[in-house]
Amino acid sequence: MENIYLAIVLCPLAAALLAGLFGRVIGRAGAHTVTILGVGASFLLSLAVLKAQVLDGEPAFNGTVYTWAVVDGVHMQVGFLVDRLTALMMVVVTSVSLMVHIYTIGYMHDDAGYQRFFSYISLFTFAMLMLVMANNFMQLFFGWEAVGVVSYLLIGFWYTRPTAIFANMKAFLVNRVGDFGFLLGIALILMSTGSLDYATVFAGADAMSGQTIQVLGDSQWSVITLACILLFIGAMGKSAQMPLHVWLPDSMEGPTPISALIHAATMVTAGIFMVARMSPLFELSDTALSVVMVVGATTALFTGFLGVVQNDIKRVVAYSTLSQLGYMTVALGASAYAAGVFHLMTHAFFKALLFLAAGSVIIAMHHEQDIRKMGGLWRYLPITWLTSLIGSLSLIGFPGFAGFFSKDAIIEAVGAAHRTGSGYAWWCLMIGVFVTALYSFRMFFLVFHGAERLDSHAKDHLHEPSMVVWLPLALLAVPSVILGWLTVGPVVFGSYFGDAIFTREINDVLGEGAAEFHGPAAYVLHALTMPVPWIALGGVLCAWYLYLKNPALPERLGKQFSGLHTLLINKYYFDEFNQKVFARGSTALGEFFWHAGDEAVIDSGLVNGSARLVGWASQVVRQLQSGYLYHYAFAMIAGLAVLVGWLLLAG
Amino acid sequence: MVSLEHYLTVSALLFAISVAGIFLNRKNVIVLLMCVELLLLAVNFNFIAFSRYLDDPAGQVFVFFILTVAAAESAIGLAILVVLFRNRRSINVQEMDALKG
Amino acid sequence: MFATILFYAAAATLIGAAIAVITVRNPVHAVLSLILAFVSSAVLWLLLEVEFLAIVLVLVYVGAVMVLFLFVVMMLDVNTTSLREGFARYAPVGAIVAGIVILELAGLIWWRNEGIPVDRVLVPRDAAYSSTAELGKVIYTEYLYPFELAAMLLLLAIVAAILLTMRKRPGIKKQDISAQVRVRREDRIKLVSMEAEKD
Repeated sequence: MENIYLAIVLCPLAAALLAGLFGRVIGRAGAHTVTILGVGASFLLSLAVLKAQVLDGEPAFNGTVYTWAVVDGVHMQVGFLVDRLTALMMVVVTSVSLMVHIYTIGYMHDDAGYQRFFSYISLFTFAMLMLVMANNFMQLFFGWEAVGVVSYLLIGFWYTRPTAIFANMKAFLVNRVGDFGFLLGIALILMSTGSLDYATVFAGADAMSGQTIQVLGDSQWSVITLACILLFIGAMGKSAQMPLHVWLPDSMEGPTPISALIHAATMVTAGIFMVARMSPLFELSDTALSVVMVVGATTALFTGFLGVVQNDIKRVVAYSTLSQLGYMTVALGASAYAAGVFHLMTHAFFKALLFLAAGSVIIAMHHEQDIRKMGGLWRYLPITWLTSLIGSLSLIGFPGFAGFFSKDAIIEAVGAAHRTGSGYAWWCLMIGVFVTALYSFRMFFLVFHGAERLDSHAKDHLHEPSMVVWLPLALLAVPSVILGWLTVGPVVFGSYFGDAIFTREINDVLGEGAAEFHGPAAYVLHALTMPVPWIALGGVLCAWYLYLKNPALPERLGKQFSGLHTLLINKYYFDEFNQKVFARGSTALGEFFWHAGDEAVIDSGLVNGSARLVGWASQVVRQLQSGYLYHYAFAMIAGLAVLVGWLLLAG
Repeated sequence: MVSLEHYLTVSALLFAISVAGIFLNRKNVIVLLMCVELLLLAVNFNFIAFSRYLDDPAGQVFVFFILTVAAAESAIGLAILVVLFRNRRSINVQEMDALKG
Repeated sequence: MFATILFYAAAATLIGAAIAVITVRNPVHAVLSLILAFVSSAVLWLLLEVEFLAIVLVLVYVGAVMVLFLFVVMMLDVNTTSLREGFARYAPVGAIVAGIVILELAGLIWWRNEGIPVDRVLVPRDAAYSSTAELGKVIYTEYLYPFELAAMLLLLAIVAAILLTMRKRPGIKKQDISAQVRVRREDRIKLVSMEAEKD
């Protein structure tokens, strides 16, 4: 199997290198052919691995492929840990990536950076696979940073746009904050267990839970809690949890396929995956899990509010992504790792679908992204309309759709959890269901229904984009509908993950639910007696009333509650705060060091100072070099006198 | 009788006089050269006196070499002096500060 | 007794002549005083029974170097008054430095004696003893290389002195033998064939 794992990782890498370095030689068609072949091969092999794991009962693989360095007993290795969690992630990553590759052919058709783009997304697939298949922290960190780099490159793909450059710098810097925590967490784990290997670390986790460490002053901190929180800070950066979420909406500056691949379906889920992978560590610290839960719940609700006021079609989807990432994080915090990963999986499909549908609308509208200038598009874009509807229904958790199962499982798990903060989280999620339905259908209605607010020029060319664009939509729509039916049983309530995810007996909220689970159909029927679907329906109806029935009302409401509206439009002033405090603060700090350190100490002190010292010394010394012979003669005589004197007194 | 210290005294006096001469005739290169000759003479005196009183011929060999070097030195020194005078119409040391660079 | 008197007389002459060298106004007088100083030194050296060096001193110094000095002094039309500016001003400094040197040397000789036999009296040589022969033995055996070097040095001094002082004066007609030898016919004669003049 080892060769297969290697091939899964290396196919996209080879394709990326080919398309990137020899893009000119192989041309446009060559570039997309080679990368689609690479990712396609990866996808098929991943399916084979999933089949081997699930159906054939292949045991989890944990092996080292290459030892890079051994430093003081610490092995830095490339190795794979392939169990059912990894296999699931591999299939999600490669399948969404494959869809995006195909879709890109249509979306980027006229772009000059065509080969470069394919190279990047293939490289991204490689990096993400390295991340999920890692069996040690070193490689995890490599994949973590590599997806960060590719994300940076892709957000700034249109590097001539100042906004894109600003956005990719922002993403880069915000992720640095998270990565700093992540790195510290890895360092702490290395310090206390002496190993970077997952297996060794997990085996030593129990010993770690008893340790304390002195951080500031005399206070003693639990090592496991501290390590988990630090790791989670990394996850907050990558998975865009408050307050490190600010980069994700701006990352919409990148091309839409990228928004789908990276900023919705895969990269942002790296944090969720990592926490699930680290479940043996997180399970040992209730404090860390509470932090995870509260942060996730806050993100889920408050970024959802922001989605209601956005007018850019991609930004609405971006805020819904933030909100859904919050749901996943809450699930992790409630120890319902399986539910979190399950939501990750369903979300990957329906959110990629929504993004690609948005992209399809954007193509049809000739790169117009403002939903106020759309409306009534369902006549022109039937496929996009249908698939968007499926995606939106899945997103709001309409009974029977994929998103319903995962979201409902999370809410139930949180309801069953007894952890500090679970009450708060439950309320956030319940309100979040309403908000999700509201903004999803607000966008859906504004884009596809109601009055046509398009300008005549756009209307003339309005038609369904080519097959490479709608085919991925159709393909993604299928799992968005049926995936939940097929997998909710084993993945969430069954024993699909086996040993891959560790849950302590006392925290096993999903186990409680499993007792009442009697197949997906019964689950749907049972849910109808619960408030969640009705709340979602309420959200949809509310959106229908506000944006179709009585379109003037939202504006009036906005004026009525102008304070709240301004707060939401300005995204709770996070950006302003960061700009004013962190950006300006660090600029001021830099200015201070520039003036005090560089200019004063180094330039005028060390550089010019030493020159001035030499100048001053030579000013003094040159007085001795008068050029007059007799001065030198005097010096010699004086020297003679001193020498004789020394001989007289000391010698 | 004349002992070693007599000779050393004479030599020391001669040395001191020539040092004083360098200070006094600070402008006249010719006299400066002559003072240097006197200086060397004083040194030679010491060598010869020690050589004889300690009965070691090496001192005399040294005097021999010093005489050689002093002759060469004054020959070249005077030649330089002549060239200098020819070029500048003066041997005033005060006017020569080309060494200052 | 006679040697003692001679020593004092010669020493007094030497010191006096040395003082004259550094103080007299006229450079010619200074050179003459220096000659006197050298001659009285030679006398003192003879008292020490180093005849060879005493003779060399007279021959080389008085006979060659001092004549050279005299020559230069007389040849150069030196304005002596301007050269004696500041003489009086520097006299105290010179005296102080000289005093310091004297004190230091005296301190070296008598205070920090370091085993110098200051009171030792000279033992006269046999009549058959030749300091010239003894010096020659040492120079040509033990100090052969330095001796050769000294010879090279003198040669160098001769060449350097000639080179420095020799000058080419433009505009003087004199015979250049090598130029005469180098002459070729083609440089001097140009044959031109021309029509005979008709008239």
